Amino acid sequence: MSDASPHAQNSPLLEVKNLSTSFRTEHGVVHAVDDVSFVLDRGKTLGVVGESGSGKTVLARSIMGLLPKRNVIREGHVLYEGEDVISYNEKQMSKVWGAEMAMVFQDPMTSLNPVMKIGKQITESLRHHLGVDKDEANATATALLRQVGIPEPERRLSEYPHQLSGGMRQRVTIAIALACGPKVLFADEPTTALDVTVQAQILDLLDDLQRDRHMAMILVSHDLGVVASRTDEIMVMYGGKVVEQASTSELFGNVRMPYTEALLRSIPRIEDPSHTRLEAIPGRPPNLLSPPTGCNFAPRCRYVQERCLVEEPPLESENGHAWRCWYPVGTDSKREALARNLAPGVPIGIPAPGSMSSVGDR
Amino acid sequence: MAGSGTAHLRDASAAILRAENLVVEFPLGSTGLKVHAVSDVSLDLLPGETLGLVGESGSGKSTTARALMQMPTPNSGSVFLEQKNLTELSGSDLRELRPQMQMIFQDPISSLNPRRKVTDIVAEPLKIWKRGTTVEQYELVDRVLESVGIDPEGARSRRPSEFSGGQCQRICIARSLMLEPKLLICDEPVSALDVSVQAQILNLLQDLKEQHGLTMLFIAHDLAVVKNVSDRVAVMYLGKLCEVGDPDALYSTPAHPYTKTLLDSIPHPDPDAPKGDFAGLSGEIPSPVAPPSGCRFRTRCPNAQELCEQVEPVMTAVGEDHYVACHFPLLGTPVTL
Repeated sequence: MSDASPHAQNSPLLEVKNLSTSFRTEHGVVHAVDDVSFVLDRGKTLGVVGESGSGKTVLARSIMGLLPKRNVIREGHVLYEGEDVISYNEKQMSKVWGAEMAMVFQDPMTSLNPVMKIGKQITESLRHHLGVDKDEANATATALLRQVGIPEPERRLSEYPHQLSGGMRQRVTIAIALACGPKVLFADEPTTALDVTVQAQILDLLDDLQRDRHMAMILVSHDLGVVASRTDEIMVMYGGKVVEQASTSELFGNVRMPYTEALLRSIPRIEDPSHTRLEAIPGRPPNLLSPPTGCNFAPRCRYVQERCLVEEPPLESENGHAWRCWYPVGTDSKREALARNLAPGVPIGIPAPGSMSSVGDR
Repeated sequence: MAGSGTAHLRDASAAILRAENLVVEFPLGSTGLKVHAVSDVSLDLLPGETLGLVGESGSGKSTTARALMQMPTPNSGSVFLEQKNLTELSGSDLRELRPQMQMIFQDPISSLNPRRKVTDIVAEPLKIWKRGTTVEQYELVDRVLESVGIDPEGARSRRPSEFSGGQCQRICIARSLMLEPKLLICDEPVSALDVSVQAQILNLLQDLKEQHGLTMLFIAHDLAVVKNVSDRVAVMYLGKLCEVGDPDALYSTPAHPYTKTLLDSIPHPDPDAPKGDFAGLSGEIPSPVAPPSGCRFRTRCPNAQELCEQVEPVMTAVGEDHYVACHFPLLGTPVTL
């Protein structure tokens, strides 16, 4: 962020090293984000995929330092242009928020102030960070609203959020996030609350803005369809851990992690004939207060072996493709594992396909 | 689109549910204006059939479902449940028919009373209708809970907050099945669930439909989900039906420009998926207070002509069990079958 750092231009824009975030609760410590590392270069997009409770939102907020201090334990490093911002206090971070890193949230209604005019909400950060005067800030706000595709921007400046539709409100939150020209934009489920036609508009808008501004983006979504065509790299999270990480084309072309494979198979596909039986994943995501021993996904995995239940697999990496599994998809050991599980007799603790036993339920 | 007409309806004597020319309007305060939520919608369901109803938020899907259930009674139009016109029945006669139509909702957790035990929640319909002895009631509760994949032993005396969203939806489904309904209306039943759990619930609904011979109206905004569960799909826009048909035909050769737009908007979980010449849909859904004249989709339609502004299109056949309300359907000239 500062020009004083001599390596600013050589170091990656954002490097997260072994970031862990835990919450102290009355029932014990929850490891919401566990040892996550990645590198994000300028102009690139990283997709973070996972189900609810997988830690994707906590990860985004941890990096930005948006979590409360109380009962939150944050470890590891967040290097922004070579500088570790994890030790920054709130005053230091406020120079980073908006100007360097900005965020777009899922629900545009609750992330906007309902009793403040839209113009004021956009110009607030402009005046704070760039110290511009009122007229200049208003002119910039008008230009921003036009850029994000809001018709009649001058009139909208003096309107309140409730006067806009959901898609328009999300455009306003994007305008606010972009106001000070951040270098990294965190988009946390930016289209989940929107209709599919509006979703396409907003994702296209983010694409265009990102290209124009050479901005890096972290796109958090539960929808593999959303991230597939809009990211350079994808991280799949499960139970607070990264379970697979690769370039987007590599990930979709060569899935190694059984969870990713199961997730892809469980989505109804538009090209399949109607009434195609879905391959549901039995059970539910792990309870992070008492995660299973061994692999987090083992209780729901069709390839599960004895070893998976006792020994946690490390994040293994090969040619930039990382996964966390003893028996990765596409290997002989996996095929043997599946054959053993499908063989007559008693499989190791896995529910029969389709049945809903209480495994992993509570 | 967004047209009227009843060409897509089938033999009235075969249908379990038939709604003709439903209109639902809500007054807008004391302005004298009206919200035209559902305008002249007709649909029917044959026994054992699942009709999928898709559309964006604000298109009137849920209002249509509620009008079918007479909650409240539509402003005009008729709803026949096995040839009995529900809109003309008295309160007590209608109440007698209610067990035959049940509903499940989008948010399973808020549809269950948090203070009550699961057994009591699921047994409630039986108690209201005084069906069987208490022992028989609880036996049936256990059997139905089992059939929706909830272990009755462990679940019985627990409360909804102790269950996940997917399990709560199973409990809601169990409750809706207690009175052996003929018709199950599912209003966005999987929208609040995680993808891995969504597949479980969709498979469960499919199994139950076969076991109980259920007829279902399945409302969702996710086109892939609707295709998966449906025998017939109806696309809705701003209070009107645009296109009705067999899911495979409707998805492979959409005849209505709106259906095509919806299909093109879906992001594919495949980075190499062709993006096509999709230009996206401009603007937003117009206000239902003052819907456009003629075809309601014309303000956003790439093919709109003068005719679309003046004349409202009616449902016309464009293939076998494939109907569209559009003056210029994408298949070319409508064929008469």
